Amino acid sequence: MKVSIDPALCQGHSRCFALAPELFDVDDYGMASVIGDGTVPPALQHKARLAMSNCPEFAITIEE
Amino acid sequence: MTTEPVAEWASDYDVFDPAYVTDPYPIWAELRETCPIAHTDRWGGSWLPTRYADVSAIAHDIAHFSSRGIAVIPPPAAGEADPGGITFVLPPIGTDPPVHTWSRRLLLPWFSHRRVDGYEATARELCNRLIDEFIETGTADAAAQYAQQIPVRIIGMTLGVPDEMSDTFTGWVRDLLEFAHDDDRRGKARIALITYLLQQLEKRRTDPGDDLISELLHTEIDGQPVSDSHTLGIAALTLIAGVDTTWSGIGSSLWHLATHPADRQRLVDEPDLLPVAIEEFLRAYSPVTMGRIVHEDIEVQGCPMKAGDRLLLNFPAANRDPEAFDRPEEVIIDRQINRHVAFGAGIHRCAGSNLARMELRIAVETWLQRIPDFALAEGAEVTWAGGQVRGPRSIPVMFPVGSRTAAAPDAGCSAQTALAS
Ligand code: HEM
Ligand code: SF4
Repeated sequence: MKVSIDPALCQGHSRCFALAPELFDVDDYGMASVIGDGTVPPALQHKARLAMSNCPEFAITIEE
Repeated sequence: MTTEPVAEWASDYDVFDPAYVTDPYPIWAELRETCPIAHTDRWGGSWLPTRYADVSAIAHDIAHFSSRGIAVIPPPAAGEADPGGITFVLPPIGTDPPVHTWSRRLLLPWFSHRRVDGYEATARELCNRLIDEFIETGTADAAAQYAQQIPVRIIGMTLGVPDEMSDTFTGWVRDLLEFAHDDDRRGKARIALITYLLQQLEKRRTDPGDDLISELLHTEIDGQPVSDSHTLGIAALTLIAGVDTTWSGIGSSLWHLATHPADRQRLVDEPDLLPVAIEEFLRAYSPVTMGRIVHEDIEVQGCPMKAGDRLLLNFPAANRDPEAFDRPEEVIIDRQINRHVAFGAGIHRCAGSNLARMELRIAVETWLQRIPDFALAEGAEVTWAGGQVRGPRSIPVMFPVGSRTAAAPDAGCSAQTALAS
């Protein structure tokens, strides 16, 4: 599984960082990015899906 | 300022009507079904979308919907009356790009995760100190004696203004937002706030501190200093946006817990659930409705909107739309999928959302640690304020008497020192 963020859509709500800090980071301007290349280890797949379905900007996508 | 009770919500709604303020949920549910974008001629006229998809789409459509008018009712004619020749605009909230872009960028780092983490201990000490003042009596007003006291002091810290000003600030902010339909109160508060902040600007020009106002006074945008109007507006906005809103959110959360013993007990037993529960309280009891001005004629869902029309971005109603949320009228404190827009959507997403979330979490967590068992006092009358910002203004509660923590190592004085400086 791979997770990515569309920087054109992200508005820095930080829901992803709150739900899955192992997968996402946010900068001082609230902009989020994926940690590393976005590969999600099996143990974190549930968290990745949670982050995706809580982002109010629909900025997170998951490739299975 | 009193108006006729509303009979027809779709064509004659009033966001200050007592029925709307105390229990808007059935009204929104009906509108979503029958007339998803309502209209009124009251308070200068406005449009009111109630569906998530419409609210979100309009919030993102900055080409057609300008933020130059964000009050739910138009402010009295601005300009001449304002002290110091100041044009009272509130960047970034009351502006469109390009002013929005740079002013938001200036503000965001002040409320980044890293900064906000640094305020957490102070917030916790403040909450404990407030609880100490009533815990031995077994009763309290969870809104006026607790929720209302927290955000204003934290924002005061970032602005570098003294703690003693807290009640005055709270009064001004309430007059500007809750009593916006009273021109006299709103006008006086506006002038008082501008006059006070102008004095602060003068003071910091010669004697800068490490606060937001001082930084703005020494910042250049494209080689030009930030104008006094903009500095004043940004400082005023932080106060206006950061106080009533957060206090309302804390109050609604405590009201929910005072009236839902099973949820209260679950959070006492499972404190780790609190961040998820806070998101649910934000969704179900969203405090903030924002205005927009139609920039150029546009038709939305068959509604002919004309340039200059006012529209109210009804984030609270969007958050109860069954198209976007499973069982939206139920408060489910462990709700897993919750794409709520309590902090808005698009480029104006609340710049203080990290701070607001921290304050909410610490306020509820500290309350539950000290007063795990509480309920509405017998015969309690809970009052709500509404309009731009909705939340409970009085929540009389009772609980088994507890003891102060004054002697405990983590309580009391250091918060006082931090906040008094
Ligand atoms: C529970 C508490 C809060 C809620 C529900 C809330 C809600 C909102 C909403 C809905 C917006 C979007 C406005 C729009 O689209 O026009 C907004 C913007 C804003 N909020 Fe908050 N807010 C809260 C707390 C705070 C706090 C604590 C601050 C402190 C600094 C703050 C500062 C701002 C600012 C500066 C903006 C303007 C951002 C921009 O226009 O780019 N808010 N807030
Ligand atoms: S939740 Fe969405 S909008 Fe918010 S920071 Fe993460 S990706 Fe960006």
